[in-house]
Amino acid sequence: MNLANELPLPRPRRRRGPRNSGLTAAAVAVYLFLYLPLVVVVLYSFSATKVNAWPIEGYTLDWYRELLQDGDIWESLRFSVFVGLCASGVAVVLGAMTAYALDRFRFRGKTVVRFAVGLPIVLPGIVTGVALLTFFSSTLGWQLSARTIVIGHVTFCITLVVNSVAARLSQLPRSLDEASADLGATPWRTFRRVTFPLVRPSIFAGAILAFTLSFDEIIVTFFLTGREKTLPLLIWGRLRRGISPEINAVATVIILVSLVLVVVANRVLRRSGQSLF
Amino acid sequence: MATATAAQPASRGTRPNAAGAGPFALLAAPLGWMLVFYLMPLGILLAHAFWSVDYLTIDRTFTLKNLQTVATNSLYPTVILRTFLMASAVTLTSIAIAFPLAYFLAKKVTARRELLLMMVVFPLWSSYLVRAFAWKTILGANGILNSFLLWTGLIDQPITAFLYSKTGMYITFCHVWLPFMILPLYTVLDRLPNSLLEASADLGSSGWQTFRRVIWPLSIPGVMAGSLSVFSLTMGDYITPSLIGGSPGTELIGGIVADQFGIANNWPLGAALILPVLAIVIVFLLVANRFGALGRSEP
Repeated sequence: MNLANELPLPRPRRRRGPRNSGLTAAAVAVYLFLYLPLVVVVLYSFSATKVNAWPIEGYTLDWYRELLQDGDIWESLRFSVFVGLCASGVAVVLGAMTAYALDRFRFRGKTVVRFAVGLPIVLPGIVTGVALLTFFSSTLGWQLSARTIVIGHVTFCITLVVNSVAARLSQLPRSLDEASADLGATPWRTFRRVTFPLVRPSIFAGAILAFTLSFDEIIVTFFLTGREKTLPLLIWGRLRRGISPEINAVATVIILVSLVLVVVANRVLRRSGQSLF
Repeated sequence: MATATAAQPASRGTRPNAAGAGPFALLAAPLGWMLVFYLMPLGILLAHAFWSVDYLTIDRTFTLKNLQTVATNSLYPTVILRTFLMASAVTLTSIAIAFPLAYFLAKKVTARRELLLMMVVFPLWSSYLVRAFAWKTILGANGILNSFLLWTGLIDQPITAFLYSKTGMYITFCHVWLPFMILPLYTVLDRLPNSLLEASADLGSSGWQTFRRVIWPLSIPGVMAGSLSVFSLTMGDYITPSLIGGSPGTELIGGIVADQFGIANNWPLGAALILPVLAIVIVFLLVANRFGALGRSEP
């Protein structure tokens, strides 16, 4: 048996040509699919006609002018920012503590803890929403308000912070802690002077992520909102009454704000050699 | 600072500290939070499924009436099945769409990979509501897609089947959840050593064989992780059904549950309707966990 005949000739390591270009074309198509709706929203926020149709007849800034004078939008924007800051603030503290405990200690039930913390992200948001609604309204007798929304948001934001901080902690060699201890530092001093500065960027990025998620959230928020509406809920209410081009303008502003936050979070992480993904 | 990041988890040195009071002191607050503001409410919600509503008050006598209603009503079993089929279709489609892109990003791109990855993440960070709403403006009878097709002369009547239909919801779901599928797939494919692909090619495998026998089996944890997200998100959604669905025969279970907690004000029935959703998602979760979707359990 001639083994040489059985073996194919060595191939070039990276094949170029039709198969690669097929893959590239598929990738481009997926990006188009991802971005088409966003482009549509931005484009039509400048459209002069009230109906969103092709071709665009003319361009205007009227919808942005309307937006500037829309007191309800500004009121709900202020409320959303307030909720987002409270929720991400609490989530960062609780999430960072969890991540640190999960990374630095060995203890029974760790898998259960990890599972419990991840559950609000894995189970559908509507479950969190109605569970908290029954708890607040029926069990505790609370009025729905900013407080109930913030609690709902913290519950799912904790997971994001845990993920962000745990990823960073798992990269840090334990020898840093040991060196610090060998040099006579107390555990608290080691944490404050060594560990914390190293994980600070991931904590910050987790906070931005939590803020953005809280700012955009609607599924849970819907069930926990009292009289004051967050921005997504205000938009939701208006969408149910019909499409107004002003919504395109609000949506464009939201897209821009999200873009800035993503870029900032990524910058912060990259400075410490991490990335968002 | 930068050098620290180069270290791999494997070379971290000594084992984590054995348990003292430390982890529990740290975990007291977060676990207390999860217990009070997630697990307990979940338990109370489940209990509601076995209670009943008497005008405006909740009657806490044990009853199976709600579950019977869910099982025997002419609408609910159909809607639950429809939601399950929709979630399955969206999940499978997302895998098919996301896989080529994830592979492209992990194995073919060298320059500008970070930018391209950020472009995948970005839609996730920009409002879900905005993206669902965008599809409404695209798919409407007088919407952008129809007026574009009329304008090009490909059709001479607007197609009404896009909006207020299952097709419209399917397209919208595939779009809004897609990054949740791309990211875990990218993660597993990025970790897949190139040498394995080269070895497979050197041993004479065709591209398809390499995919089926090497790439795909090793991608399963990522596929399952992404599927779990996409499936679970679709199972519980009520925003897209309301915006893009909204005609008889397009209801999904999320919308019906939301109604029970809103205008219909029948919490026990709403809780009973959530039970099958939870059961389906939890089964999926357990299956996904078996395939390693939730990652290593212990470092």
